[in-house]
Order: sequence, then C-alpha cells, then structure tokens
Amino acid sequence: MPIEVLMPALSPTMESGKLAKWLKNEGDAVKSGDVLAEIETDKATMEIEAIDDGTLGKILIKDGTEDVAVNTPIAIILVTGEDPSAAIAKSSGNGAAAPAAEKKAEESAPPVAPEKGPAPDKAPSAVAAPPKVEIQPDPEVPEGTEMVHQTVREALRDAMAEEMRRDPDIFLMGEEVAEYQGAYKISQGLLDEFGARRVIDTPITEYGFAGVGVGAALSGLKPIVEFMTWNFAMQAIDHIINSAAKTLYMSGGQMGCPIVFRGPNGAAARVAAQHSQDYTAWYSQVPGLKVIAPYTAADFKGLLKAAIRDPNPVIFLENEILYGQSFDVPKLDDFVLPIGKARIARAGSDVTLVSFSIGMTYALKAAEELAGQGIEAEVIDLRTIRPMDIETVIESVKKTGRCVTVEEGWPQSGVGSEIVAQLMEKAFDYLDAPVLRVTGKDVPMPYAANLEKLALPSVAEVVEAAKAVSYK
Amino acid sequence: MAATAAAQVKSESSNLLVEFTKEEELTAFREMLMIRRFEEKAGQLYGMGLIGGFCHLYIGQEAVVVGMQTAMKEGDQVITGYRDHGHMLATGMDPKGVMAELTGRQGGYSRGKGGSMHMFSREKNFYGGHGIVGGQVSLGTGLAFANKFRNDDSVSIVYFGDGAANQGQVYESFNMAKLWKLPVVYVVENNRYGMGTAHHRASSTTDFSKRGLSFDIPGEQVDGMDVRAVKAAGDRAIAYARSGQGPYIIEMLTYRYRGHSMSDPAKYRPKEEVQKMRDEHDPIEQVRKRLLDNGWSKEEDLNAIDKEIRVVVNDAADFASSDPEPDPAELWTDILR
Repeated sequence: MPIEVLMPALSPTMESGKLAKWLKNEGDAVKSGDVLAEIETDKATMEIEAIDDGTLGKILIKDGTEDVAVNTPIAIILVTGEDPSAAIAKSSGNGAAAPAAEKKAEESAPPVAPEKGPAPDKAPSAVAAPPKVEIQPDPEVPEGTEMVHQTVREALRDAMAEEMRRDPDIFLMGEEVAEYQGAYKISQGLLDEFGARRVIDTPITEYGFAGVGVGAALSGLKPIVEFMTWNFAMQAIDHIINSAAKTLYMSGGQMGCPIVFRGPNGAAARVAAQHSQDYTAWYSQVPGLKVIAPYTAADFKGLLKAAIRDPNPVIFLENEILYGQSFDVPKLDDFVLPIGKARIARAGSDVTLVSFSIGMTYALKAAEELAGQGIEAEVIDLRTIRPMDIETVIESVKKTGRCVTVEEGWPQSGVGSEIVAQLMEKAFDYLDAPVLRVTGKDVPMPYAANLEKLALPSVAEVVEAAKAVSYK
Repeated sequence: MAATAAAQVKSESSNLLVEFTKEEELTAFREMLMIRRFEEKAGQLYGMGLIGGFCHLYIGQEAVVVGMQTAMKEGDQVITGYRDHGHMLATGMDPKGVMAELTGRQGGYSRGKGGSMHMFSREKNFYGGHGIVGGQVSLGTGLAFANKFRNDDSVSIVYFGDGAANQGQVYESFNMAKLWKLPVVYVVENNRYGMGTAHHRASSTTDFSKRGLSFDIPGEQVDGMDVRAVKAAGDRAIAYARSGQGPYIIEMLTYRYRGHSMSDPAKYRPKEEVQKMRDEHDPIEQVRKRLLDNGWSKEEDLNAIDKEIRVVVNDAADFASSDPEPDPAELWTDILR
C-alpha cells in the first residue's frame, strides 16, 4: 500500500512551513532514515527523513512552496512493485491538502491533526490566528508614517539590535541566545553583529545568571536577560524581586537596577502545565518593577526599546504564539513608545473589553462578532500592566458603562481582578452592570488538545460575557 | 569539640603569613577595635529598643574584613550578606551613617529604609548588605562580570558564610565565574554555625576551600583570626583574580562570639568553646600582644586609641538616637527612578 509522507509539525506551535527543497527525486529508491526534504519553519530549517523503505513515487508539494499546512501529504512512497497511479488516486481523495491559509481561518492554536473526528467548532476555538479585524492606528505614530509588515519575532530582534548599536553598555545574556541564535530565534544575527562579549550564552542556571545580571546592572551596565520561557524564571524569581525590584528602595535611592528580563510567557501549545503559565499578575504585584505585555509587533518593538532605556527593572512578557504573527510596524529611525500607556485598539460605544498580550486575539475577534449582533465594543490593549493605565479604562467605561476583562491567566488575583477592583473604587457610579472577567480556567494547563482548549478562554466566552453585561 | 575547633584554626596556613610592620599592626588594631566597639554599642542600642528587627553582630570575626580590605585597591567592590556592619566600617563608611541606619533614621545610609541587613554605599563600592542567604554570591559574580566587561582591572570581593556555602546559586555562580574567568574572590567566612546549626551537621564536607574543586577554582583555608594571615591570603587571591585567571576561594576559619542575631541565646554550643576562642585566638588581642611584645606600643598608647574609638562610636550612637526618623513622604520615594 502506498505510504503518504505528511508535512510534519516541527515545534509545539508550528501550523505550517515552507517546503524548501527536495533531496530525492521521483523514482529514487529511499531507505528508512534517508533525508527526503528540507522544511523551513519560522525558527529553523529542518530535515525530514523517510521512515519506510521503497521508492519515492510522487512528489505532491513542489520545492519552494510556502505555507504548507501541517499534516498535508507532501509525497507518496511506494513499496516494491506498487503502481504510482494507485498512489495519486489515493491522495486526491483526501481533503487534508487544503492550503494553510484556508485552514487558518477557523483553526485553533494547537496543531492537532484535523483530518479525523468532528470538524472544529468554530466559535469557541480561535486562539492563535491573527485577527482579520483592523487595529486602530496608534496616536503615538505620526500620521502618514510608512509601515513595514513584520513578525513580532523580527520586531523584538530589531529593537534589541537598535538599542545595542546606540548604547555599548547593553548586553544580552541567556540560554542559547548566541550561537544557537535563540531558542525561539529572537536573537537571530545578534552574535554576528555584536560579538560574544555582548551576546552571551549562559549555562542552564536561571537563579545564578539572573543574579549575575542584576549584579552587573547594580554596577551600571544594562543587561537584557532572556529566559527561555518565564516558567524557568521561577528559579530566578528571588533575584528578580528581592534583588532587582527592592534594592533601589533599600539603598535609599543609591543603587538603581537598569535591567530587562524578557522571554515568552503564558501558554504555548500542547506543552502542558509546567510550560504553560501566565505570570503577568504575579509580577504586576511587585513595587519596583515595571511589567509590559504587548500584543502587536509595533508595540513589542517600541516598548522593548523603551524597556531597555528605562533605568528600572522591567519584566517584558512575550508570547510564543505571537512570535510568528505579522503586523504593521512604523518605519521610523527610532520608534520608542511610552511605558504605562494603554491603546484603544478598536473604538466602540456599548461595552469596554480590556485585555493585553495574546488576550487581545480573543477580545478583537469577539468585538467583530459582537458588531454583527449590533453591539459595538471598545477594545483596550493595556500594553503595560504596571504601571497600569487605568485612566484610559475609566474614560472608556464612563462612555460604555460596561466592562469585560480578558486574559489567559488564572482568575484569582488576576489582572482582571485588579481592574474590577479599581473600577469599583474609581468608576462605580458609571457602571451599568457588574464587571465580568474572562480568564484561563482555575486549573493547571492540561496536555490533551480538547482539555487545553477548554482551559483557555474563548471568543465565545468573551462574546457571552459582553452580552451578559449588556443585558442582551 | 572546642579543642578540635581551636586546633583547626591553629594548624592551618600560619606559615603563609607575612609579618606586619608597626604601622600595619597599629592600623589593623585600630580598625578591628572600631568594629568591636561599634558592634558592642549596637548590641546595647538593640537592648534599649533603639534598633529593631534582626541585628547580626560581627564580634570575633573582625580580622577577616580588616585583613581583606588592606589587600584591596581603589575600585575593588565588596558585597556580603546580612552580617555586614564590619564590612561597611572596613570599607570606610561613616559609623554615624551606619548606626543611624540601624536605628532607622533619616541620616542612615539608606535613609532608614534598609536597616541592618540592607545598606549600600556607591561611593565606597559597597554593594550591600543582602538579606537572602547566598543572594550576594550571584550578585557579586555579576559585579565581577561588569569589571571584565569594562576591562577595568577591578576585583569583586564576595563574602558569605558557611551556611550560605550550601546554597545552589553559589555553585551556579562558581561555574560561570570560572567559565568566563571573572575577577572575583569568594571569601567564605566559616564561623562554624549557620544560625544555630554547627557546620558539620549541615555540610557533608566542612572544608569549604575545596568547594570550588570541581570547577577548577583554587582555594585555601586561612586562619581568619590572624589579620596577617588574612592579608597574605587576600594578596594572593586578589592578585590571582586581577591577573585574569578567574575566581579564587579563601575559607576564613573564624568564630562569632555572639549568637546568630541579637535574639539568639546560642545555647547550641558550650560557653567554654566561646571562652577558649576569646582567650586564645581573639583577633584584636593577638595584635595588641604583638604591639606590646615588640615594644612598638605601650599599654597606655593602646588604651588611648581605645578611648578615641569609644568617642567616635558614642558620637555615632548619639547621632543615631537623636536623628529624626525619615519624613513620611520617604515611604513613596526610591521605588522607581
């Protein structure tokens, strides 16, 4: 029986990739272990190997094809004596070869095989795909500024590179940041440009190298400490809080700590409880820290540059699922955004949705759905969680009288809880309904695809909450 | 047990010391006595309720910081844990500012917001004063990282106790310091007790000078009660680190006479053990005896020095008792820059 070779998923968040190059031709004999082709993901170029012996009967996806969805059949291997035409007949009867773009529209983040089982339920899925909705232009960007379409990954790299060119006291340290070019390829090219003195691979010892970074910052250097993910920074949280955040106060203002701790935060996809946690609320509680969690590539760039220039310790929370998403980024020589300022991503008059980071994907899609039902939502992207721009939220609530918060983190003592409390204290008289929170569920992140989806917030939940506070 | 411990101190490296000149002896005497009298006064003020919270006295360990400081040069940094008063005085910080911080007054080094365990002086290159056991080891390694990054010839002197020596981050730091050849000297102040637990009950091996062996970091054990031995070891270690060869470990065999903190009655060790250390190994008495035996000083000269020091310490205590508490507005300052 002919064997289909499928486009493999080569990382937890990969949904599609480029078929860069076939290394075997049709008709070539292949043995298990032979390299068949090279696949490019946004992070790396990987080889795929044959796992069966036979003949490469048919190449279904040509060299150079972009956006090949995971699980698309890309070739047929025939075992000895098989007829190539049988293979073609089989593959054409299979609907899984749909182009990635089409699939994405209703895709959920986890790259689970969509071939079998019920069709994905459209409403409550939708995590990763970039929203089709327009995001309002940032008033910080001069009108008419030329834009470049960039991934979050590229924006972060450019922000670091630009700042490192500007200030020789800035250096980057972390696991795999230099020779490997970054575990998530955020630091791609930085070693080549700045050398090993300023782009430093560390051992896998978070507690130790976070302390080394803080010590260097206390003496006046400006470290960027990359955590491969914030989950691992739990080992370093002592230095982040006890050493970085508190020393200025404890020294009566003598010892500033200009340091940025950055890396991916929150749930990726299918990596389960120990690798899927949102720390935004944790760090946002700590005086002496600034906490930033952007959503768009432009905000990632402008705010990372601001974080690096800030004389205080800054927690910069990225998101793995957002790394590969593209947004318009202003083409300016020095694009720096103010820390502590929210942005109205979508104007509306009926209900205020407040979110940040990847939570914005749910909020923006929900706003689109609500518009279809006659409810105009105003969507606020907090961008900075500490100091929090609660004024912008209050101004919006004065207009709408209703508010829903959206985050992937846990409900208790979450960012949403803080917003609810502040609205109670400062905008109670403007509220026409209790404020509701849409959050990640109060459970450790499960591994199973269906449970993971249930543990995260959904667009449907946001829509439902927005309708509830609107009494509709 | 007391005898064993004393023998341990005696047997090590006494042949490696270099005799002090009269001037060096007098300086060491004056500086160690300053720390002793300061700490005695701090203990007194604590008893009077003027100093609150935790207060860890350095009495008995004075030779360590005084000997090390004489081996350092301008620009070298010092960082330590919470038993930090001696280190601050040794770096030349003003006793008034230190005492006023202990009493939580506006004239304290941290304007009353740090207290005994958290004090700093950028001017004197003193980087704290850290309250989390072992935290200063990674931070001090970071200071050394900055020295190397700037190529500025300075060495970071990182003090920690035998208790902290078992912390995981110490070994993470050793690894990076050796890997990157950072100019750092780790000074383990082995005073034999991590809080109330004797080191042999907390540490699988108690020769802390060997704790860097698997990282190929050289180490030596030194009689930390003899300021001359400390100075000689400090010279060797700092020269090694400054030459670009990387970190160096000195284990100072020392002893604290008081409890872990002011609230510790130290019932975990016999009184005789303490008395024996005081009688036979007191760092200040050793210097006094040499000054007298060599005919370099007369009893009354040394008493006069003591009197001068008491005046300085009393002035510091008066200042620290009368200086106002920080303005309430200080609550909200120095959180961010």
